[in-house]
Amino acid sequence: MCESGSRVTWEGCSVLLDINDGDRLVFARLSPSAKLKIGNKNCSLQPLIGRPFGTAFQVDGPYLSPAQGCLSICDLVNGNNAEELRDVQVSVKSRDKVEDNYPEEERDVQANVDSRDNRELVDNNTAQRLTGEDIEAMRRQGAGGNEIIEALIANSVTFEKKTSFSQEKYRLKKQKKYAPKVLMRRPVARSICEAYFKKYPSKIGFLRVDTLSLLLSMGNVSSNSDILVVDMIGGLLTGAVAERLGGTGFVCNSYSGQAPYSMDIVRIFNLSDEICKRIVRSPISDLLSQKELPEQTLQHDDACNVESRSTDQMSASTSMEDNSHSLENGISDLGAENTEPAKVRKAPKAGERAHKEIIDLWKENGFSSLIIAAPELDTWALVRDVLPLLANSAPFAIYHQYLQPLATCMHNLQLEKMAIGLQITEPWLREYQVLPSRTHPCMQMSSFGGYILSGTKICST
Amino acid sequence: MLALHPAKKLSFNRPINNGDLVIVYERHDIMKAVTVSEGSVLQNRFGVFKHSEWIGKPFGSKVVSSKGGFVYLLAPTPELWTLVLNHRTQILYIADISFVIMYLEIVPGCVVLESGTGSGSLTTSLARAVAPSGHVYTFDFHEQRAASARADFERTGLSSLVTVQVRDIQGEGFPDTFTGMADSVFLDLPQPWLVIPSAAKVLRHDGTLCSFSPCIEQVQRTCETLRTCFTDIRTFEVLLRTYEVREEKMQSLCGDGNGSLPSKRRQCSDGSYVLSSSSPSISSVMARPCGEARGHTGYLTFARVKSLS
Repeated sequence: MCESGSRVTWEGCSVLLDINDGDRLVFARLSPSAKLKIGNKNCSLQPLIGRPFGTAFQVDGPYLSPAQGCLSICDLVNGNNAEELRDVQVSVKSRDKVEDNYPEEERDVQANVDSRDNRELVDNNTAQRLTGEDIEAMRRQGAGGNEIIEALIANSVTFEKKTSFSQEKYRLKKQKKYAPKVLMRRPVARSICEAYFKKYPSKIGFLRVDTLSLLLSMGNVSSNSDILVVDMIGGLLTGAVAERLGGTGFVCNSYSGQAPYSMDIVRIFNLSDEICKRIVRSPISDLLSQKELPEQTLQHDDACNVESRSTDQMSASTSMEDNSHSLENGISDLGAENTEPAKVRKAPKAGERAHKEIIDLWKENGFSSLIIAAPELDTWALVRDVLPLLANSAPFAIYHQYLQPLATCMHNLQLEKMAIGLQITEPWLREYQVLPSRTHPCMQMSSFGGYILSGTKICST
Repeated sequence: MLALHPAKKLSFNRPINNGDLVIVYERHDIMKAVTVSEGSVLQNRFGVFKHSEWIGKPFGSKVVSSKGGFVYLLAPTPELWTLVLNHRTQILYIADISFVIMYLEIVPGCVVLESGTGSGSLTTSLARAVAPSGHVYTFDFHEQRAASARADFERTGLSSLVTVQVRDIQGEGFPDTFTGMADSVFLDLPQPWLVIPSAAKVLRHDGTLCSFSPCIEQVQRTCETLRTCFTDIRTFEVLLRTYEVREEKMQSLCGDGNGSLPSKRRQCSDGSYVLSSSSPSISSVMARPCGEARGHTGYLTFARVKSLS
């Protein structure tokens, strides 16, 4: 089975770490020396190598260890053997204690469902009898996160008076602070888009995940297709299209001028070698031009490759901090291995320059579809140049975060009779909380996901 | 419909042949699917079109009738098929379909189980997403609808990717032969909560499930059952708004000799148009939302099967 289909992590792969149910999302590249800061702890990512995706972890001193049900594991403190032994004993004790508590909790929750309300609750800031110093002391003595949470609950004057819903919220809030959860996810188009939209939306042109899914559908991305993309959103669109092609057909990432656009995000996808080989780049001018003399083409290629490399170097410095850090570690580790450097050198890099033969083939037959996400280009000028490169009856989809460029483009396409079935759409996405007796839409949501102009190219008469 | 083999990757650019399925486009909301048959004719309000005149023309062509009217002949895609297929049931539309495929993380090679088949709208898009090496197994408990769906998949050329079976999934669950084999499961059933245990059994590690329900009470019961063996339970609603675009004329507020006339004109006009100085009005491209929109289709509930480790 190819790498991207694997459901188990490997050294050098990308993972998405979901900390506390989406509070924080981090992309990391796994290596024995990679580290991630959670709270005020630096945790090694080595225990994540070889685990199935979807595994949940807890902070365990300098490590992340797989979470085991409700059991907590003490923080281990570096020190002499005597301290370690004592910590181990405390760990055993707390494990037993928590085990006893768990069934009790369930019974309590059921018994506590009643009609209490907040008429007697007063916010006087004296409900919690533990002080910050007390909590720090517990932590130093090796108390686990869940133990601290139980202590906070036991010392809260008002906890028993809260409704069961409030109690659950209180417990969850403390859990996020004292016992953070880390969930390891596969980086796929959906999770990568969601993470970037949440943290760095401007890098992906404010493209929301439902809008990206519409682009792929309206662009009819399917196996054995040749997709022409203009991707100025960091490579997210290119990676998503390549993922859908699955190693068949080609993604031609085209650009105006001579400097390719950044494709950094493609590296997060864990795409297999076969898929990476089929991500190629070309300047739009090459696709539009008549056949060139061989010598000119050769010089052109050399110049462009140099620019491509320098662009990549510049782009690397603007990558997300965690990703850069992990990549550096990965690189240094690979250097230490004997077999790895050869493997890395042989692996094809996504975004090689498209060969002249394949460009000629595309000129003759046309692309299967066109997808554009180019917020910084004049939309109509670009579409006027690029649309003739499509095969007849091929669909296209154009994304923009502003409506006016698409309205102008649609109007002009109608006047010039270049396409039919033209439509501008705007998706709206709402998420719901679905829990017993408390189901409602989420109170915060993304109110805007951008616009898409879609249509089908027709024969010019 | 799909380019299933590399040799057929040029399907959009080859001419129309006898036996091909084409989408006849009259207007953006009037299209129909026609199987080209030499000797047949298509009649509509634009006149009579002979199929024999279509053969040999490229897809995307404009064809003219004896009366001088015209239509366009388009190559079929799952999106166009969703707009033209016969409705034997209520169907899913592009916003829900594209979101489902994205969230279920379906890529070429995936194995997908679906119930019920219905009119095959989603099935067609699933088949496109899993091609060329994946497969869609779809179940319907209505014998006649299953047969009609099978015929549709033959017609659209998807038979090698889709297997239609008659089975009451709510009553019997998925067949045991699928245990641990599916990457994704999609449910469009009135009582999806009855199928959750069976879905968990057929899904492989890290597999994904989606349930489509119009009513929130269905979602509540489904989520309650999902909690036993699924994680990452999330419920969404996706809707689309469309826009109309037209060129509108606006009366200029400036009279002759007014000092602000030049800047006013430059400020208002679209760069695409050159306006004479004597023109009393200015044109601009305007967009506004369409007055009608689909206000509700259904809730989409996604979940991931729990890790055993």
